[in-house]
Amino acid sequence: MFFAVKLEVVVMPKRSVLDPQGVAVRNAVRELGLANVGTVRVGKIIELEFTGEPDEAKLDEICRDLLCNQVIEDYRILGAVPK
Amino acid sequence: MKIAVVRFPGSNCDQDCWRALTDGLGVRAEYLWHKETSVAGYDAVILPGGFSYGDYLRCGAIAAFSPVMQSVIKAAQTGMPVFGICNGFQILCETGLLRGALIRNRSLLFLCQPVSLKLENNRTPFTRLSEEGTILSMPIAHGEGAYYADDQTLRELEEGGQVVFRYVDQHGQPTPEANPNGSRNNIAGICNPSGNVLGIMPHPDRSWDRRLGSEDGLQLFRSLVDTLLSVAA
Repeated sequence: MFFAVKLEVVVMPKRSVLDPQGVAVRNAVRELGLANVGTVRVGKIIELEFTGEPDEAKLDEICRDLLCNQVIEDYRILGAVPK
Repeated sequence: MKIAVVRFPGSNCDQDCWRALTDGLGVRAEYLWHKETSVAGYDAVILPGGFSYGDYLRCGAIAAFSPVMQSVIKAAQTGMPVFGICNGFQILCETGLLRGALIRNRSLLFLCQPVSLKLENNRTPFTRLSEEGTILSMPIAHGEGAYYADDQTLRELEEGGQVVFRYVDQHGQPTPEANPNGSRNNIAGICNPSGNVLGIMPHPDRSWDRRLGSEDGLQLFRSLVDTLLSVAA
């Protein structure tokens, strides 16, 4: 049986790391009328499509090695999303 | 003596480094393509500036896993001098050979300007010919050059003498105004505990001849060559 699975890796700057991009976006959001917006942080989502069952333990290892730099970022893997 | 200048797809300071070594010092330098799997036969490795692999994912992140870097990592761990400049510094942090990371400049601007640097550690192969406290002028050219490490790591770097260069004002003071990019503790360059791996954001390869506006950068290459000669002697 053929099936495809999509996983998402969400990578965000750590709260302790200054995110100047987030600050710039926050300022623009305030300008546009959301005066009460507090902290804004900009991260990224990496979508991975698999054919067959993904090896989530291996993906977790690759997140730590490559997709996320844990000096400055945190990550989480969002579970199987039906495609 | 033979020094390797690594070329990644997207390197753009490889020729500057090669020129500093060959034209500046008369030393033999060779380009080493990122797909090479060995640094055998070389006495030192330079990781030049640029935008390796298009800076995709994070600056230096993909280069850190390139074939050539696996052999550079091994060589560095056994004492070979490895000198990362700009993108090369970012790559060294991504490999874990150097601690911390380089993040987006606080201003969000790509900065291309001369800066003043204070040498804080002359016990590395790259700085041994200069006095500590020397102020050097070199250009920076980066968008992601703000050095970041957590408090604990910073403390260990400072206590271990691993901060090699700091951004300073004309009086040699590391003031906030002299900090171009938001680097913690005004850090412009650090080394590993044994000193054979140095990463620096400013460009000695663009300041090795008076015609480039400064020749202060040549001293770093000269120190490296002097080190290699004294090892060979």
